Amino acid sequence: MALTALTSKWSGSVPAVWAVWDVWDENSPDRIIKPVAGDRVFRWITTVCAAAIPVLMAGLVCVMVFNSHLALKKFGLGFLTSTAWNPITQEYGALSSIFGTGVSTLIAMLIAMPMGLAVALFLVEWAPPKLEAFFGTAIELLAAVPSIIYGMWGLFVFAPFMADHVQPLLGRYLGFLPLFKGPPMGIGMLTTGIILALMILPFISSVSRDVFKMVPSVLKESAYGLGATNWEVTKGVILPYALHGIIGAGFLGLGRALGETMAVTFVIGNSHRLSASLFETGNSIASTLANEFTEASEPLYLHALVALGLVLFLITVTSQIAAQLWLRHIIKKAGGK
Amino acid sequence: MNETISIKIKQNPDRSLFNRDEESVVNSSGGNHSTVKLAVRNLNFFYGEHQVLFDNNIDIHQKQITAIIGPSGCGKSTHIRTYNRIYELYRNQRAEGEIRMGGQNILAPTVDSTLLRQRIGMIFQKPSPFPMSVFDNIAYGLRINTNGRGSELAGCVEETLQRVALWDEVKDKLWEPGTDLSGGQQQRLCIARAIAIKPEVLLMDEPCSAIDPIASAKIEELMLDLKSHYTIVIVTHNMQQAARVSDYTAFFYQGHIIEFGDTKQLFTNPQHQQTEDYITGRFG
Repeated sequence: MALTALTSKWSGSVPAVWAVWDVWDENSPDRIIKPVAGDRVFRWITTVCAAAIPVLMAGLVCVMVFNSHLALKKFGLGFLTSTAWNPITQEYGALSSIFGTGVSTLIAMLIAMPMGLAVALFLVEWAPPKLEAFFGTAIELLAAVPSIIYGMWGLFVFAPFMADHVQPLLGRYLGFLPLFKGPPMGIGMLTTGIILALMILPFISSVSRDVFKMVPSVLKESAYGLGATNWEVTKGVILPYALHGIIGAGFLGLGRALGETMAVTFVIGNSHRLSASLFETGNSIASTLANEFTEASEPLYLHALVALGLVLFLITVTSQIAAQLWLRHIIKKAGGK
Repeated sequence: MNETISIKIKQNPDRSLFNRDEESVVNSSGGNHSTVKLAVRNLNFFYGEHQVLFDNNIDIHQKQITAIIGPSGCGKSTHIRTYNRIYELYRNQRAEGEIRMGGQNILAPTVDSTLLRQRIGMIFQKPSPFPMSVFDNIAYGLRINTNGRGSELAGCVEETLQRVALWDEVKDKLWEPGTDLSGGQQQRLCIARAIAIKPEVLLMDEPCSAIDPIASAKIEELMLDLKSHYTIVIVTHNMQQAARVSDYTAFFYQGHIIEFGDTKQLFTNPQHQQTEDYITGRFG
């Protein structure tokens, strides 16, 4: 071949890119061993892209630490345990925001997990195909609704509904619990938690729907073949088989609930307060950031807010790591797949 | 075996789902081989509008092994999937006709399919251990069907595993995932799971097609051993297997039962040309 002449001139110290010529020569002894130049370029592109992720993470942490060092230096670990938040006296503490993030997320998960699983089970196991297609699309549309819409709907429609109907009822019958004390204002922790639940429901149910669909039918037939009822098959076979994916779905929802900003800011009330009652207003880390970033005139104020962001980042990362570890433990113990 | 295991079927203590006339006849006549356990009459089966079984008539004899052979897609599996009504899990699948067991038509809507499936167990082509430990795989059926707990349950599990000759192989890994066993062991685990709740009939849908020959031989051995307690119906692609283990054989072709009879007779002296062509390997 004509190209052989060309490559032989370069033999010995062929630059990587030129190696591509070698494969054109079918008689070249290097034909099989030498990687093609295209492959090398491709490998480099993928490596660089993959490397960008830890670099971005590290950069993010560095910037946040740098921009919050004033607050971190002044308050130290006490920042996490203090409920003070006073721009005038320059006292800042994250506890009420952390508490609000935790409580609203907990309420959301408590509602959305069982509901999401129930929706997914219904769609996969019992709904007729047409209904499944319809509900499936509806759920995905629900996930596509911007969070500001949830926030506005929550403030103008859902909060008044809670104030007029749900909260008085809870107060009357469960008012002896500290959880349901206080005036029915509509906005507050409970309403936030429910709105969050609605927002993460589509994620949980659509992921678990896909997971349930992957349960092999022979496994279900085996269980039904032993005289098991729908519920026994679900509890004994489908849920254990799908556990891995269900936990994944849960953490997807958790991640979103922890960081949700707009909808929460609308309905949580935005007060730096710690209260046992779910009817009371409060704040979350994300809502505090959204609310106060533009007002932060003092450097310490701004640094305290960034420190809050750092806390949220750490919470999210920790929860994801815990999820991974727990998952590993579960797989080892139950031995799913 | 029935005496040694003390726990009883919960939902159905005397198993009075059907009348027991037929079995009392068997007992008085000393286990007559010709007793019919399942009498299939004019069974037709449809996937939607598409008919796949045509007027199947067959008698499944008690405590005998009946093999169902025939080329792929001839309706063998579909046929036995009507016996425990497992097809009902799917939309658009419909059976017509009668399958009489103890004088009652099990296809009748009044018969509860979960109770039916406690009496007619099934083993599938692919080993399908549940995503749980070896012990729990066996205990699953016992837990849902009996009141047995604790040591009683453990005793049942051990005895069941002994029956399928799996106990010695798995006694040290009872709490490891059932999916960690080898393919042949998994299939015996599935058989153990099915017989743990003491069904009367065992349906086997190509139980050896996904495992190696040595493991298959063990399963065949097991079938012959189980025959003394259970009525077995096996669908198989392997004609040698059918000839080796079964007492009766049915030859299916395109949804019709072409020939049914004594295994030896069917293999040595088939009455129909199609049967002969199939067993001599001229088609299929």
